[in-house]
Amino acid sequence: MSLQTQQSQPTDKTGTGPGTSTASTPVRQLTYVKAFNEGMAQMMRADEDVFLAGEDVGGYGGVFHMFDGLKDEFGSRRVVDTPISEAAIIGLGVGAAARGLRPVCDLMFMDFLGVCMDQVVNQAAKMKYMYGGTVSVPLTITTAAGAGLGASAQHSQSLEAWLAHVPGLKVAMPSNPYDAKGLIVAAIRDDNPTIVVLNKLLLGTKGAVPEDLYEVPFGTARIARPGQDVTVVALGRMVNEALAAAEQLAAEGIEVEVIDPRTVQPLDTLTLVDSARRTNRVLVVHEAVTFGGIGAEIAAQIQDEAFDYLDAPVLRVGAPFSPVPFSPVLERVYVPDAQRILAGCRRLLERS
Amino acid sequence: MSVTQDGVQFTLERDLAVDLHRRMVRIRLFEEEAGRLMEAGVMPGFLHLYVGQEAVAAGVMSTLRDSDQITSTHRGHGHAVAKGANFQRMFAELYGKSTGYCHGRGGSMHINDLDIGMLGANGIVGGGIPIAVGAAFASVYRNDGGVSAAFFGDGGSNIGSFHEAANMAAVLGLPVLLVCENNGYAEFTAQADHMRITDVADRAAGYGIPGVIVDGMDAVAVHQVALAAVERARAGGGPTLIEAKTYRFYDHQGVKGLRIPYRSAEEVQTWKARDPIALLERRAVEEGLMEPAQCSAVWDAIRIEVAEAVAFAESSPDPDPADLLEDVYTV
Repeated sequence: MSLQTQQSQPTDKTGTGPGTSTASTPVRQLTYVKAFNEGMAQMMRADEDVFLAGEDVGGYGGVFHMFDGLKDEFGSRRVVDTPISEAAIIGLGVGAAARGLRPVCDLMFMDFLGVCMDQVVNQAAKMKYMYGGTVSVPLTITTAAGAGLGASAQHSQSLEAWLAHVPGLKVAMPSNPYDAKGLIVAAIRDDNPTIVVLNKLLLGTKGAVPEDLYEVPFGTARIARPGQDVTVVALGRMVNEALAAAEQLAAEGIEVEVIDPRTVQPLDTLTLVDSARRTNRVLVVHEAVTFGGIGAEIAAQIQDEAFDYLDAPVLRVGAPFSPVPFSPVLERVYVPDAQRILAGCRRLLERS
Repeated sequence: MSVTQDGVQFTLERDLAVDLHRRMVRIRLFEEEAGRLMEAGVMPGFLHLYVGQEAVAAGVMSTLRDSDQITSTHRGHGHAVAKGANFQRMFAELYGKSTGYCHGRGGSMHINDLDIGMLGANGIVGGGIPIAVGAAFASVYRNDGGVSAAFFGDGGSNIGSFHEAANMAAVLGLPVLLVCENNGYAEFTAQADHMRITDVADRAAGYGIPGVIVDGMDAVAVHQVALAAVERARAGGGPTLIEAKTYRFYDHQGVKGLRIPYRSAEEVQTWKARDPIALLERRAVEEGLMEPAQCSAVWDAIRIEVAEAVAFAESSPDPDPADLLEDVYTV
C-alpha cells in the first residue's frame, strides 16, 4: 500500500499526479472519475458493509458516471437507487451508519446540500458528541462541485466552507486522479462522517493511479510543486491552475511552491505554516467565494503561526461575492484561474 | 375499553397488563420528578414532558425487542424509559453530569442507548424519522429480522423529512413503524391551524402504505396496533403509519410552561379524565388481572427508584472541562 504523504514521497514536478508511487502493482493513466470509481469498487469488494445509495447511482451509474458498473457487480442490495429525497438519502445513511454499516450516499450536486443540511449538520456531524461518544457514524457523502460548465447558480457552487465549519465532519477535495481514489478509500474507512467533494471539470483529467487499494490519509497536504519564493495554497481544481501559474512564473525565475491541502477538514496546518516560514509569502486560492471561505481560515492560521516570517499579508483569490452566473462570458470572469493566481503572486512579490 | 376503529375489542392478558402498567408508571414518575426539579431550578436546561402520552410509548415498546431501534423526539424521555433506559443515567444526563447517558454532552433531548435500541432523541422536529428508516435499512441489509420505529408528533408530520422518509421507506419496503403521536398541538399551534386534515393517518395513502388510527390513551389498543405493524414489517410487508390520538397534560415545555392560553381548561380536563394509566388500572382490576394493591406497589417501588436515581445524579461528578473536545470525532 502506498500512503502518499508530503513528508515521505517525492513530489511530482509535472503537477498532474501525486508523485512517484511505491505501489507494487501496475500504475496506469486513469481519469479522475475512473480512479474514483475504482476506489469505490475496490472498497465494496473489500468490505461487505459498504453500500451505495443515491439518485440514479445504480441503473445509470450516476450522472457523472462515478458509479458505472457498480450495480452490475454488486446488485441492487448494495447499490440502491432512491427517490429524489436528499434528506431521506442522507438520513438513510446516518441510520445505517449508526448501526455499523458503511454507507456511501451520493449527493448529485453539492448545491443540493441545501435540501439535506439538517441530516448532515445536525444529525450526522453531532451524533458522536451529543450522544456521549457511544455512536459512530461512518458515513461517506460523495458530491460534485465547481463551476465552469454553464450549469449556473444552483449546480456550480463550492460549499466546502459550510461543511468544514461544522465540528464532526471531514471534508476532502481531491485535485487529481490519484487522490480521487485514495481519498474515497480513506473516507469510506473513516469512522466519521466524511464528504468527498469531486470537481466536475476534473472528471475527465488523467493521471497516474496504482492498481492496488491504497488510501490518501485525511489531513495530509501534498506539496504539488516545491518552490522557495511564494507559497500558493490551492483547493481542488485550483491546484492545476496554480501549477499553470507556477510554470509561467518559473520562466521568470520565480519559484512558486504549490500546496494542495487535499482535505480542508482536517486541515494540515503544519505543512502550510512550514511552507509560509520558508517562502515568507502566501496566496490562498479556491473556487468558492472569497468572503468566509477556507482561504480566510488558512490566512488566519498562517498569521497565527508564522506572522514574524511573512513579508506580505496573506492574499486570497476566490470567486466574487455573487451567485455563479450562467453566461459563459460572466462565468469566465467569475471563476479564478491561472492568470488571477499569477497576478496575486506578483502583488505578493511587489512587497519586500 | 380497547376498541379499534373497526370496533374490535382487544383481549388483555395478565402479563401484558403488568408490562404496560409498569412502563407507563415509570414514565409518569420519571417525568413528574424531572419537571419538579427543573421548575424548582435544581436541574439545568429545559424539558419537554411526556406526561399524558404514556400509552403510546408503552404500547409500541411492548412489541419491540431490545435490538429493534427507535428514534425519538424533543419529547423523548418517555420513549427512552419505555424502551428500558436506566433512570440513574437519565437523571444524571438531565443534570449534565459525567455519569449521564451522554456524559453531560447531550442533555434532555439527546438521550440514547443503542444496547436497548434507543437510537436517540432528537432536538430537530422530524430529524429522527429518516434515521429510523436508515436503521431499518441496516436490518434488511443484514437480514437480522429487526424493525425500527420513528416517533414524531402531528407537528412533525408537516416537515419534509417525514414525507421523504415515509416515501423512501415505502419504496424500499423497509421494516419501520412511523408512529405519529398526535397530541393536537405543534408547540402552541392547534392541529386545525397547522394542517387541513383531521387524521394524520390519511397521509399514508400518499405513500401507498397502511395508515392506522388508534386511541393513544389506551395502551392495550396501541400495543395491538403496533404488534400488527411489527409483525407485518418483520414479514417483509414494509412500513405502517400509526396515528395515536393522545394529549400532553403539561405545557409544550415544562409543567407550567409559558402560560400561553392556547388550550382551554375544559379541554385539558376532558383529556385528563382519560388518563392512560388510570384507564389501564381500572380495566386490569375489573378483569381481575391486577389487584389494586399490586398497582400501588408498582408506584411505590418506582418512586424509590426515582429518588435513588436523583440522588445518584446529584452526587455524580460534573464533566471535566479538559474533556470538552473528546468525542467530536471517532479516532
